Amino acid sequence: MRADLLTDAVDGLDEALAAVDGFDDALVDGLLRPQPRQAAGLTGLADALAASPLAARVAEAAEKTAAGVAGEDHFTALAGARTALLGSVHDALSARVAEVVGRPVAPEREAVPGGGGDDALGVNLLGAARGWLCDLARVGWRGMDHETVAGAAPVVSAMLSDPALRRLATLLDGFAAELAASCPGATLERVPVRRWADLWTRGMLLTLPGAARLTPVTEVSGRLLPLGVDVQEHATAVQAQVHAVFEPADGTASRLVRASVSAPKPDTVVGAGLWQVLRPRMSLLGALGEGRAMELDAMPVTAEGDLLWDDARARAGESADAFVTARVALPAASGCVTAPLDRHPARIAVPVLLEGYGVQEDEDGLAFLVAGERLAVDADRVPAAGPLTPEAVAGSAACLGLLRWDAGEFRLQPLAVERTVRKKPVAVHAGAWAGGTADKAGARAEKAATDAVTVLRERAGKLLRK
Amino acid sequence: MVPPARARKLAKVPFVELADGRLQGVVSSGSDIGRVYVSSVEAGTYAFSCSTNNNRPCGGARGTFCNHIRALIGEAVLQYGAGRVARYLKAEVAEGGEPDAQAITSVMTAALPSPGDRSAAAQVFSRFLRHLSYLELEPVTAPLPEMHWFPTTRAVA
Repeated sequence: MRADLLTDAVDGLDEALAAVDGFDDALVDGLLRPQPRQAAGLTGLADALAASPLAARVAEAAEKTAAGVAGEDHFTALAGARTALLGSVHDALSARVAEVVGRPVAPEREAVPGGGGDDALGVNLLGAARGWLCDLARVGWRGMDHETVAGAAPVVSAMLSDPALRRLATLLDGFAAELAASCPGATLERVPVRRWADLWTRGMLLTLPGAARLTPVTEVSGRLLPLGVDVQEHATAVQAQVHAVFEPADGTASRLVRASVSAPKPDTVVGAGLWQVLRPRMSLLGALGEGRAMELDAMPVTAEGDLLWDDARARAGESADAFVTARVALPAASGCVTAPLDRHPARIAVPVLLEGYGVQEDEDGLAFLVAGERLAVDADRVPAAGPLTPEAVAGSAACLGLLRWDAGEFRLQPLAVERTVRKKPVAVHAGAWAGGTADKAGARAEKAATDAVTVLRERAGKLLRK
Repeated sequence: MVPPARARKLAKVPFVELADGRLQGVVSSGSDIGRVYVSSVEAGTYAFSCSTNNNRPCGGARGTFCNHIRALIGEAVLQYGAGRVARYLKAEVAEGGEPDAQAITSVMTAALPSPGDRSAAAQVFSRFLRHLSYLELEPVTAPLPEMHWFPTTRAVA
């Protein structure tokens, strides 16, 4: 790993982000009656796209928006422009990551237009979602109140029941809850400007029919060697994403893949409850907890390297130590490509193995010193229902993690660590409890989560009785 | 980022939320295992309401907050943090005062709120069912890339 490249400047990065920031700042006070400063931000975004195929549409959208007469199409064009700019940032950072890890680059997989996928799907709901997002853009983060935010609820409720609309529904549900928690915007101390603009932009694009359609899917057979699990959650949704090395049975080159499982959940289901919600749908979580490989038979996979998990196409394999996989199989595995619309720096999550680093703990948090370079460690980005603690990370000798980019720098999200206990390496995995656990604290967390769901259902029954 | 709810025992107050301009929720009866109360406090006016699942008014909620409403405030503070509850209810604790359930309750009772409209109960109940319906939705294995914006954290409200 060439850690020295992690802190080297990336050409054009600051300029691209400045153009993004100009637009993001304009959203703070809303686009109903833009002030000159906001108009400048909009023009800056358009100027940054001047040499792209989007130039004319974005310039028109910026002009209309600056004049306070923007329609939904104009907002959509601006969202597209912002996505394109951050897509270029993603590409530059991904190229840097590829140099840092020095693994084979992802081969171009044939870009056959995605078949299936009904563009007419939920078209009214998508329109309603877009309407809500446009209302938000007009009032701005400073102008939003509970009433503005509540407009999302009926749209989200209607969308959630359709698994095909889950992506947008889950995004809007989490976004709206976060906005509601920050209302009224007028008295907000600090606005998460780029974050909310990111979420708004993602939402806008996903309301376009076909935007959430999966890239072409093929079927693969072979051995899956899990590296670790990344857990993401907001109040009413959870996703676990297992990163793994896939070795095709036909002997072709191995590649990195992900297997995801997600579900909506009540906000009181937390901790071990997250595993309980997801476990029944993906046997891989059990294999991960036990440290096993899995044998896949005709498992669907997208061009991006996302397995569309089906328990019927997987069976438990022999035991497989994630650190052995990381040392032996990971260096030869090619990376993933990202679908054009999904390119964004927040999406970068590249498995890496670090060894022989120093540990630094100060007011800036935990960091590893890798070949003299400081690499910040997000030790909190680890599921609470698991044995991997920030202390274990700080005391580690080897760390398997995801290389990410956030707040202007590369950072490491630990997936597992090895500590040396009595001269022997002992591994601690973030996902150790994914399939259940015999650990005392873990079992207690499991019981608390089961009790919570039981109480919810039982009390609801009492209300229904009448 | 909003930190996830703190894990709390749900037996006493299975459901609490800040929505529809109210702090509202479902509170189990302390004496009768088969009974639940639907309780709410309106933001700003602190108009309160508490009735059973059979739509009978709670005996304790005539002149001021009953114990169910007090329990509701306590669990809301556990789940969302005192600052957010106080802000939502517009029950800001006086300068220098540490907001906690006790302080928030005192601010509201000191304003001598009156009993509110009991029609809220039906809405609260339907919100509770909506909340529960999240348990019935099928997990999916198609990736949700947007969840990358919502990393898990060890923080709690």
